[in-house]
Amino acid sequence: MSHDTITPVVTEAGRAKPPTMTRKRAGRRRPWGTYAVRVALVVVWLGSWELAARTVIDPFYYSMPSKVWQRLVDWFTEGTSQGSIWTNIAATLEEAVLGFVIGTLAGVVLGVVLGRSRFIADVLAPFIKGANAIPRIVLASLFVIWFGLGMSSKVATAFVLVFFAVFFNSFQGAREVDRVLVDNSRILGASRWQLMRSVILPSATSWILASMHVAFGFALIGAIVGEFTGADKGLGLLINHAQGNFDAAGIYAGMLITTVLALVAEWLITQLEVRLTSWRPPSHTASAGV
Amino acid sequence: MTQIHSTGSRPAISLNGATKRFGTKDGTPFTAIRDVTLDVAAGEFVSIVGPTGCGKSTTLSLVSGLEPASEGTVEVAGQPVTGIPDGVGYMFQADAVLPWKNVLDNVALGLRYRGVARRDADERARAWIQRVGLAGFEDRYPHQLSGGMRKRVAMAQSLITEPSVLLLDEPFGALDVQTRELMQDELLGLWSGTGAACVFVTHDLTEAITLADRVVVMTAGPATVKDIVSVDLPRPRSAEEIRLTPDFIELYKRIWDSLREEVEITRARGASRVA
Repeated sequence: MSHDTITPVVTEAGRAKPPTMTRKRAGRRRPWGTYAVRVALVVVWLGSWELAARTVIDPFYYSMPSKVWQRLVDWFTEGTSQGSIWTNIAATLEEAVLGFVIGTLAGVVLGVVLGRSRFIADVLAPFIKGANAIPRIVLASLFVIWFGLGMSSKVATAFVLVFFAVFFNSFQGAREVDRVLVDNSRILGASRWQLMRSVILPSATSWILASMHVAFGFALIGAIVGEFTGADKGLGLLINHAQGNFDAAGIYAGMLITTVLALVAEWLITQLEVRLTSWRPPSHTASAGV
Repeated sequence: MTQIHSTGSRPAISLNGATKRFGTKDGTPFTAIRDVTLDVAAGEFVSIVGPTGCGKSTTLSLVSGLEPASEGTVEVAGQPVTGIPDGVGYMFQADAVLPWKNVLDNVALGLRYRGVARRDADERARAWIQRVGLAGFEDRYPHQLSGGMRKRVAMAQSLITEPSVLLLDEPFGALDVQTRELMQDELLGLWSGTGAACVFVTHDLTEAITLADRVVVMTAGPATVKDIVSVDLPRPRSAEEIRLTPDFIELYKRIWDSLREEVEITRARGASRVA
């Protein structure tokens, strides 16, 4: 029990864990109690929903857990009205991942370049502020006109949402690089490119990674909203179709699948973060304790 | 201008009437140093002392080429400084080792930047890590080291490039007294015989005398050279023992007399600003 709380301190000599991991460790202090209460909460929540839908509220509008479960089973065993569920998941995932990857790359490159070049940043500042103020989700409609019902319009929607989230963080990250680190590397003979690779990018990494957590959520939203606007397959289409049929259970089922995708992606990004920031001290409180 | 071309007598560092002004937010320029003239010979160790915040560090920025001089000339190895000159090493007051690189990669950094192959650079870095007493810590990250150990890394990182001019900006200022003395001895040991010209900025007069061949006293800001005192104490020196010798105390008194006025001016200004 108590040894879990001191683990970050003990391991500091070996592998450093970034703050997120330490927080999780602290959360696992009394594992069984925590898990039991969590399960109990879910049971109470789903149970009361099921009970209410069977007695007071109208399951036609609000559906109920058993119906949602049945819909999920149907989708995975017999397929959906729009074909195999896997095809639909794959379509949405592909759009989201493409938008995420392209948006992240563009955001990092432009953010770092602007963060390091005062002049370009000054020139572009009002345009970027303006572009950020546009309700970007509306662009999904425009993209359908431009790129048609296929995959590219959804990728474009995911891209614009991801780009700005990552851009602003990497811009900030590139600006906040410790001056002394830059000077020291310059004295040691770093060229512009070496400075970028060994000092500025690693320094901005924490900022960029922080934005990537949010950004994948945005990519999924972009893909699904894009499919809402017009598509021939995808989870957004399934949800839209369910809405058209007053099928509340279908909407819940689509939501649930999307949530699972987002959680898996979140887990993967956390793994990446752990890998890239292994140099970081365990956490401020833990290192102060050392 | 007298230009002496024999390498023997050409100073490693030469400042001539160097002045540095910074623009401030309200538009009035702030003069950090004015009309500084100073030569440092190869293999010479010069300490610069002055009241806190007088602009001592700016002198180093000019020599290192991190900042251009507003007026006057700055030369390193006979060449006017434009950009960062070859063969300059710099130890900063703050931690300047890269937190995301381990000790080995940090020490090898200068060589890697200069295009030395990884294997060769690592080998030389290991030798330097040994020399600064950090053998066995090669794969630790800076946050896993103590403040004194990080300074050792910084020292190896600067010295591995074999600088002919070594600039030190209060590098041991943040260390406790015992560690500081240890690091002073370490620095003298590593420096002796390298033939590098050292300029060591500090506000600690004991440290200045312990290390230097000459102590330069700067005035209250805008700083200029007030006094240059030769330190004729025998080398090799031990930081702990030398400060108890009568010669040292004599020198301390003499330089402190000169420095005290400037410190008092700075204090008076601080007081008037508060009032």
